[in-house]
Amino acid sequence: MSPATQRALHDCRGAFAETLVELAEANPDVVAVCNDSVGSSKLEGFKERWPERLVNVGIAEQNLVGVAAGLANGGLLPFVCAAACFLTARALEQIKTDVAYSDTNVKLCGISSGMAYGELGATHHSTEDFGWTRVIPNLTVIAPADREETRQAVRAAAAHRGPVYLRLSRMGVPDIMPDGYRFAIGRAVRLHEGRDVSIIANGTLTHRALDAAELLAREGIQARVINMATVKPLDEDAIVAAARDTGAIVTLEEHQVHGGLGSAVAEVVVSHEPVPMTILGVPGIFAPTGSASWLLDRFGMSAQGIAASARELVHRKRTKVAP
Amino acid sequence: MVNEAGAGHLGSELSCVDLLVALYFGELRVDPTDPMAPGRDRFVLSKGHAAGALYVTLAEAGFLEPDEVSTFMRAGSRLSGHPDRKAVPGVETNTGPLGHGLPVAVGMAKAARLRGEDWRTYVLTGDGELQEGSNWEAGMAAAQFRLDNLTLLIDHNRFQQGAPVAETNDLAPLADKWRAFGWHVVDIDGHDFDSIHAGLDVARATSDRPTCLMAHTNKAEGVSFMRDRVAWHHRVPTEEEYVRARAELTEGPS
Repeated sequence: MSPATQRALHDCRGAFAETLVELAEANPDVVAVCNDSVGSSKLEGFKERWPERLVNVGIAEQNLVGVAAGLANGGLLPFVCAAACFLTARALEQIKTDVAYSDTNVKLCGISSGMAYGELGATHHSTEDFGWTRVIPNLTVIAPADREETRQAVRAAAAHRGPVYLRLSRMGVPDIMPDGYRFAIGRAVRLHEGRDVSIIANGTLTHRALDAAELLAREGIQARVINMATVKPLDEDAIVAAARDTGAIVTLEEHQVHGGLGSAVAEVVVSHEPVPMTILGVPGIFAPTGSASWLLDRFGMSAQGIAASARELVHRKRTKVAP
Repeated sequence: MVNEAGAGHLGSELSCVDLLVALYFGELRVDPTDPMAPGRDRFVLSKGHAAGALYVTLAEAGFLEPDEVSTFMRAGSRLSGHPDRKAVPGVETNTGPLGHGLPVAVGMAKAARLRGEDWRTYVLTGDGELQEGSNWEAGMAAAQFRLDNLTLLIDHNRFQQGAPVAETNDLAPLADKWRAFGWHVVDIDGHDFDSIHAGLDVARATSDRPTCLMAHTNKAEGVSFMRDRVAWHHRVPTEEEYVRARAELTEGPS
């Protein structure tokens, strides 16, 4: 049994909603905008305190994002709270045009991202959204890994002047960030040190990466674990250093293997410090029905699965014939 | 301007330019010396392809230097074929893809309401554009939120890019649709300034619901050989056509 399963798991939506209430207390311009998603975004407390500051447009995502852009134009600080699958797919042109291109100060909060709605099927999975959002200019993309990072990412998004996509989950994760952790947009953080291989992850995968590092350590492989919460702008220095120092990189994401975190890391690696990589994620398919945890295991992202990929990559690195 | 650029949407521009003139010279509380003043009225050109008409109006209103309009759509010009708010003072939100303006305008009007401010929001759409479903999402929300500080002007010129609206995906009965969505609908002549201003007066005096000014217009109004002809949605006149059109627009048809 991996260590994480023995630790208490937390749904980060609670930390998100509490932080939003804190921000709204301090700043009367903070408003929540939702698409009949009060419960799924944990906005009940916000609604009770400030019913007039909860703008519910009903089930209409294009209007949801357009309205948020207009609210921002009018001087408010809107947090759009909607299921990630509908927010990003249904309203992508509004995200591009009304938010990113128009440079409106809108915070897009994709709730229950990845395969959090695993059993509901692939319509409700959001495993393309890193790709869709990170290629849009002027849009910051962040996927926090635990409750503390979620709190800090929400505050950082509010303080950042410009469009942000916060990719949040409902899948339980342990508290993993060290005491005194300070999140900054665009800065990755090393959570485990090693020189044999790097494992780069974010969101619901970071704690699995840490568990894999423990397994690898038992067999003498020292893995560097990097939490890369910000997918855009990417911490290129951290990636180049990982490639240079460890010579092999495994990436993990609750997302398709195409276009997401792994692709973003690979773009940096091939340009600056080419090393062998393994990109783990959903392998280019509509995922079958099952819990997010079951699906992540199935796609090779259990602690054991990640360790196996890392081990194989270290072997490849060591047997690689010098040119 | 369109001739200099070799591109544009002349028909769409001539059908709505009278509405723009009425708004900028008699309705909107905007200040070219302080284009981002928080208490300004908001105007959204949802039919972003009529950007040329907006630029000449903004220039006339003092937001742009008059000479700059001749750079329209030239390489490197900030006067793109569709308006960019980061580049052009007076533009509130970027449009081009249709069906974006009304949702954003609903958000603006809601913001004024939430902040207890008295500025008003105006949005100009085409009619063919109303085939986009996002408009109807926004239309419902505007009525739900009782946004009487929001005025929608529909440039009802009856034509879209490729054909008459009625032959494509007919919107009729368009006024009844907006009424059914909870809006106060007023028919106006979109080429008669008295009629336009009377409609704007009614909108300002309407409470508890948003107002839709159904502006009856003609595509390429003012040029007899272009008017109500589909081809002139985005055709560029020849030199001879340009001279004739200019003469008609300044002197009236011969």
